[in-house]
Amino acid sequence: MSQSTGHYGFYPGCSMGATARSYLQSTEAICKALGLTLKEVDDWNCCGASEYISMNSVAAYSLIARNLSLAAQEGHTDLVAPCNMCFLNLHKVDGYMEKYPKINQQVGRALAAGGLSYKAGSVHVRHLLDIVVEDVGIDAVTAKITRPLKGLRVAPYYGCLLTRPDSRYSPEYPTHLDDLLEALGATVVEFPLKTQCCGGHMTQIKEATAYDMIRRILQNAAEDQADAIVTICPMCQLNLDAFQPQVNGMFKTKFHLPVLYFTQMMGVAFGLSNKELGIGSEITSSKTAFRKIGQEEPEEQKSLKRDKNALPMPRL
Amino acid sequence: MSEARIGVYVCHCGSNIAGTVDVAAVAKWAEDLPNVVVSRDYKFMCSSPGQEMIETDIKELGLTRVVVASCSPHLHEPTFRGACSRAGLNPYLFEMANIREQDSWVTTDQVEATKKAMSLVAAAVSRVAYQQPLESLFVPIDPNVLVVGGGVAGIQATLEIADSGRHVYLVEREPSIGGHMAQLDKTFPTLDCSACILTPKMTNAANHQNVTLFTWSEVEKVEGYVGNFTVTIRKRARYIDEPLCTGCGVCQEKCPKKVIDDVFEAGIGYRKAVYIPFPQAVPNTPVIDRDNCIFFEKGTCKACEKFCPTGAIKFDQEDEIITLKVGNIILATGYDLFDARRIPQYGYGRLENVFSSLEFERLTNAAGPTLGRVVLRDGVTVPKSVGIIHCVGSRDKNYNNYCSSICCMQSLKFAHMVKERTGAEVYEFYIDIRTPAKAYDEFYQKVLGEGTHFIRGRVAEVTDAARQPGEEGKLIIQAEDTLIGKQRRIPVDMVILSSGLEARADAKEVAIKFGISCSADEWFIEKHPKLDPVATMTDGVFVAGACQGPKDIPASVAQGSAAAARVMSLIGQGEVEIEAATAIVNEETCVGCQECIPSCPYGSIEFLEDKKKAHIIEALCKGCGTCVGTCLSKSITLRHFTDEQLVNEMIGAMQSMKLFEAQDLVIVE
Repeated sequence: MSQSTGHYGFYPGCSMGATARSYLQSTEAICKALGLTLKEVDDWNCCGASEYISMNSVAAYSLIARNLSLAAQEGHTDLVAPCNMCFLNLHKVDGYMEKYPKINQQVGRALAAGGLSYKAGSVHVRHLLDIVVEDVGIDAVTAKITRPLKGLRVAPYYGCLLTRPDSRYSPEYPTHLDDLLEALGATVVEFPLKTQCCGGHMTQIKEATAYDMIRRILQNAAEDQADAIVTICPMCQLNLDAFQPQVNGMFKTKFHLPVLYFTQMMGVAFGLSNKELGIGSEITSSKTAFRKIGQEEPEEQKSLKRDKNALPMPRL
Repeated sequence: MSEARIGVYVCHCGSNIAGTVDVAAVAKWAEDLPNVVVSRDYKFMCSSPGQEMIETDIKELGLTRVVVASCSPHLHEPTFRGACSRAGLNPYLFEMANIREQDSWVTTDQVEATKKAMSLVAAAVSRVAYQQPLESLFVPIDPNVLVVGGGVAGIQATLEIADSGRHVYLVEREPSIGGHMAQLDKTFPTLDCSACILTPKMTNAANHQNVTLFTWSEVEKVEGYVGNFTVTIRKRARYIDEPLCTGCGVCQEKCPKKVIDDVFEAGIGYRKAVYIPFPQAVPNTPVIDRDNCIFFEKGTCKACEKFCPTGAIKFDQEDEIITLKVGNIILATGYDLFDARRIPQYGYGRLENVFSSLEFERLTNAAGPTLGRVVLRDGVTVPKSVGIIHCVGSRDKNYNNYCSSICCMQSLKFAHMVKERTGAEVYEFYIDIRTPAKAYDEFYQKVLGEGTHFIRGRVAEVTDAARQPGEEGKLIIQAEDTLIGKQRRIPVDMVILSSGLEARADAKEVAIKFGISCSADEWFIEKHPKLDPVATMTDGVFVAGACQGPKDIPASVAQGSAAAARVMSLIGQGEVEIEAATAIVNEETCVGCQECIPSCPYGSIEFLEDKKKAHIIEALCKGCGTCVGTCLSKSITLRHFTDEQLVNEMIGAMQSMKLFEAQDLVIVE
């Protein structure tokens, strides 16, 4: 059982070595702190992202299943994907093979041609956030905190892929990242667009559409006076972070919202150094935001006092 | 049993059976079965000529056993038992073979269906020879009645029975009777004032000489059986001396502790820690809410006691346990509103100006927290545009599959009220509009004529995240308009969620307490959905109103009256026949281990201390047979289901298979 030993198979995906190097660094750093061992699956291949499945589904499923097969071969029962797209694709193909005999057969034949096989359901595909919240647990995370993120207002951004149906968390309004960030000491802002799409690869297809999608999310976080957006996906991070100047140019806005990985936030709270966590590599600088840690929140932000005429709110 | 003379009757049930089963062949084939004297088929055995055929044969051919192959015993066993009885044959010498529900209705294969009918008949013929005459037990019916739940259905049932001269104990969990109807402002489709039509009934119930009212009380335990129930009621301490209290309300006025009222005000208004839930409450006696009272919390305060002019405050009052004897019980426990917080994308509890349907009812109610002003959560601003979302938690596989039946009309009523009170633009988001009852569709037409916008599509989300100009500071309702095939975003000031109805959170526990069952959605199950809608499978326990399924006021009232009529019919009969197929203990072999006692779901087994033997109280036994299986020394027999009878039933079925082989049976389709 991976859960008890803390050993997991690891499928880093293409971004972790490139645009999301800071995600990989911070993941390694917090895993070390929490006693988790992630063993990279040998010779893994691309998950196909969102495009390939629509081109040729059998080929796409087979390529994805190859990773599952390799993970199973290495004896992993739990395979961790830190990227939402990788997580969804691996999880989806595993589920499809279990549910649809035809896909199972086609993919099985393709794998067999390469001398591989995979029994659907034998590898449990999981997102890194799920490992932290479920297996490690909020209490164990809290125990490692040396520098609570007090005073920092964060918008928890899940993206649109993590909570597609079959997720164990609410598909419409998940709160497990909220819970984690709150445990780290941050103030979690109300963030209705937490599961809206960041635009994905739309930036490469139609810029104006993509920038508007990014703007919505930035604006929503800014409206609630967030100091930073916390993400769990390399694509989301890239879009929200790297395209802020373009969005500001197009919409005449002045957004300056650092977009950080949840692993980086954990690392900061654990007292790890910026260097270990890859902080500083983001395009929209997080310096101002992190300076808020430890500062008292301005009064008017703390609570908007309810008027004496106001009717009571239903309690959540 | 060579002396048995058996008559076999195979029913066509029109084409229900004869369409699949070769009934003539079955009747012909049965002639050769052991002890069969006569075997016939007939179009409708349950008709008068059909029954007379059996009666005549019993008399003229001297039949001593009868088998009818037709439908489920659930439907017509009493019919044919009656026919046997009239011809002088003990009804327990009759056996039924179900060749409809268990045969013709479940296959289209005529050959297999006919063979199965033959097997079932052979089994019944073999069994019936071993059946014994049994005598039914008659028990008198206590004319007192218990009604549980003081909403409109329970009040209606109470008044009907009390007016007929019988005594009713009405038990209500809340401090006042009235139920959900008391919270409403207007009732559809007539828009008459809910309180105005309900409160006279509430007062009548409380003042009626034949009604004893227990509010702030709950039923703890139910024992006994139809005609003879013993009910234990916990009357929770009000901390008010009821006879002394005049209902002046000074205590409520002076109480320093303000609490959000989650029950009557649906969470949108306040009450005190000592409170009368609403001005027309019945009884007009306050209750001290122990959990919120400063005195109970800190040991000081007693403001209410200081100011009470009659000295009615009694902090040392304790719960009272009351035991009652009743003959019949009506459950009218109502519904819970679906909790819209379970659909986070609609923002209830998160976004200020999203309201539940009951919140809105209180908002429009002249006695509500805003005195009937329709305003936003700030208590001041009048909305200029309002969105009403239908089917919240209903017709949704993620929550409840069923239609809650009241919400369409309720939403239309809301649209009318909003227009009338504020002149705001109203948008209704619906899946289908369902207005099937009398004068309901006319109301829909009226609301259409008032200029309400109807958008057909399930709402995806309600958000305050503006995307385009004009949306800032508004709640945006995003939905696919399925009539034009486009996504629409409608910015509004206020959203009302027309939440569905759900079974009470504790419906299952209540069902177990009263020995009845719940559907998968936890509504109480009636005996027959069409022909016996207010009775349950437990004799003497009836259901009325929304506890049986979503219902509006007219339907709930009708059921209250119906349940009352059923109860009065039983009381009028004076005594009730108890099923004779009960279990019996063989005292010679019983070792007194008492294993059977906890196994009985009806509590019908007692232990005879003097003899050290188990004993079954026949009137309580339902003949389920659980104790028979539990008994370690095989000392319990279930009459009418003896080992001998069941084994011979199986032998009959198995021998039919052999006969098929020997006869090389050919059935022409």
